[in-house]
Amino acid sequence: MLQVILKRIAIAIPVILVVASITFFLVRMAPGGPFDAEKVVPPQVMKNLNAVYNLDAPLFIQYKDYMFNLVQGDFGPSFRYPGRSVTEMIFTGLPVTLELAFYAILIAMVIGGFAGVIAAVNRNTPLDYIPMTIAMIGICMPTFLLGPLLVLFFGIHLELLPVSGWDSLAGDKILPSITLGAAYAAYIARLSRGGMLETLGQDYIRTARAKGLPEYKVIIRHALQGGLVPVVSFLGPAIAGLIGGSFVVETIFQIPGLGRFYVEAAFNRDYTMILGTTIFFSALIIFFNLLSDIAVLLMNPRARSEA
Amino acid sequence: MNQQSSLWADAWRRLLANKAAVTGGFILCLFITLAILAPWIAPHSYSYQNLELGAQPPSSDFLLGTDTLGRDLFSRILYGARVSLMVGFVATGVALVIGVSWGIVAGYFGGRVDSIMMRIVDVLYGLPFIIFIILLMVIFGRNIWLLFGAIGAVEWLTMARIVRGQVLTIKTQEYVLAAQAMGVSNFQMFRKHIFPNILGPIAVYATLTIPQVMLLEAFLSFLGLGIQPPMSSWGTLIRYGVESMEEYSWLLIYPGLTFTITLFALNFFGDGLRDALDPKISAD
Repeated sequence: MLQVILKRIAIAIPVILVVASITFFLVRMAPGGPFDAEKVVPPQVMKNLNAVYNLDAPLFIQYKDYMFNLVQGDFGPSFRYPGRSVTEMIFTGLPVTLELAFYAILIAMVIGGFAGVIAAVNRNTPLDYIPMTIAMIGICMPTFLLGPLLVLFFGIHLELLPVSGWDSLAGDKILPSITLGAAYAAYIARLSRGGMLETLGQDYIRTARAKGLPEYKVIIRHALQGGLVPVVSFLGPAIAGLIGGSFVVETIFQIPGLGRFYVEAAFNRDYTMILGTTIFFSALIIFFNLLSDIAVLLMNPRARSEA
Repeated sequence: MNQQSSLWADAWRRLLANKAAVTGGFILCLFITLAILAPWIAPHSYSYQNLELGAQPPSSDFLLGTDTLGRDLFSRILYGARVSLMVGFVATGVALVIGVSWGIVAGYFGGRVDSIMMRIVDVLYGLPFIIFIILLMVIFGRNIWLLFGAIGAVEWLTMARIVRGQVLTIKTQEYVLAAQAMGVSNFQMFRKHIFPNILGPIAVYATLTIPQVMLLEAFLSFLGLGIQPPMSSWGTLIRYGVESMEEYSWLLIYPGLTFTITLFALNFFGDGLRDALDPKISAD
């Protein structure tokens, strides 16, 4: 068991380093220098700038220096915001994004898990069809459409909730969290329904029923553990999606999180910021995939022996 | 041969019996036809700006109203359909070619080749591709062909897994062993024995990949990193709709509605196809 986990970690570390290297060279391949602007800068200034940012060194030396600093957690300076380091910006934005993602996944798991279990237990009844149809809508309705529609209805039309900001007005976290969580609630509903249906058909469930356990105990005590495995293994990849979703949600609701910083950096061609955040996001996603793999191993004894 | 045609006939019959799938298929055909015919049926130019006609609500003259620059929204949605659907089909095609070849090779040769190839897929699976696509779009400019390639290159992974699984099952069938015993070459084996038998799952998964791809494109266009003006996809239209939704809500609602209906249609059609072609995997 421990060996399997260590093996996964041993794979994850080189993967992160390879991703960092590929990203570094990709960004260096970009046409134009980071300081190309409409205004022509005197050659001497340009030379000094390049020297300050270590851009006059041979590519390989730059790479070596970057990776060396990276391992120590230093992502270098931002090209667009002089005096601010990428690391500083990442750690300003990260807590906001994590909080948003946490609320979203909470909403998704509670609503989605509940709906899925209800649907599975009441298979082929309206209690199955109605939540599953809503889940289908949730999957087809993209975040960037759902968000504005919620803003239009709850924010502008009903004037119930604030439509932008984070932590400044009461209730301003509600709409962004729902927007980000909705699609995952839908996926989780479908996954948990599928998982529960499969588990409810197993022999040990029949045994539990035969013992005379009331149905709710059969479900809570016996079926849930097996039935929710697909949900747990989905959580790792879901984090990747949540980060993508946070780009959209933070842009729509003007939330000062990492996702919005990333999109802004992409627009401003702030190469060090793009480079740093890409590497950071990759590491984050690889880490969460690892966590969900381990959780699946812990929950499912069969997968444990196969691995 | 008889056996095979009756399998497809069977599937076709099951598909027609599924009302949601038929409706989805019908809507898709309709939208595709409209998109192809856009240059002939669009009532106005999609790029002609007339500021005096800016942001008019829907009327008999402008079916779905005009945007803030006075461009006819209906025409823009029609032309947007061309871009969005094309991205959907082309990028899925790219994913299909890579994924199917990868899966067949891994599954058929098995052993070391298989474990190395699938380990690569596993590793790639864990990477944040959406960020890489954004990175590529930033570095190499917002080129539509690059967008197709990048999206396709991301979506092939699941296809490779599905195909490999299918090939592993088929490989142990007696008719494949018989063909092997007769000395059929690898290429002939793929073409005549393996490929026709995995066509069903491929078709199903391809249909379900198209909406994913379209979502990804719309996501990028929404962030302003995808299709560039004056060309517009549905994602771009939604982006502009959001900017002016407070005063001119139709600019958000109609493109959004079109996009959602299309995704719905694709998903229902794909699910129907899956049920029709392989009743076994639809058990969930």
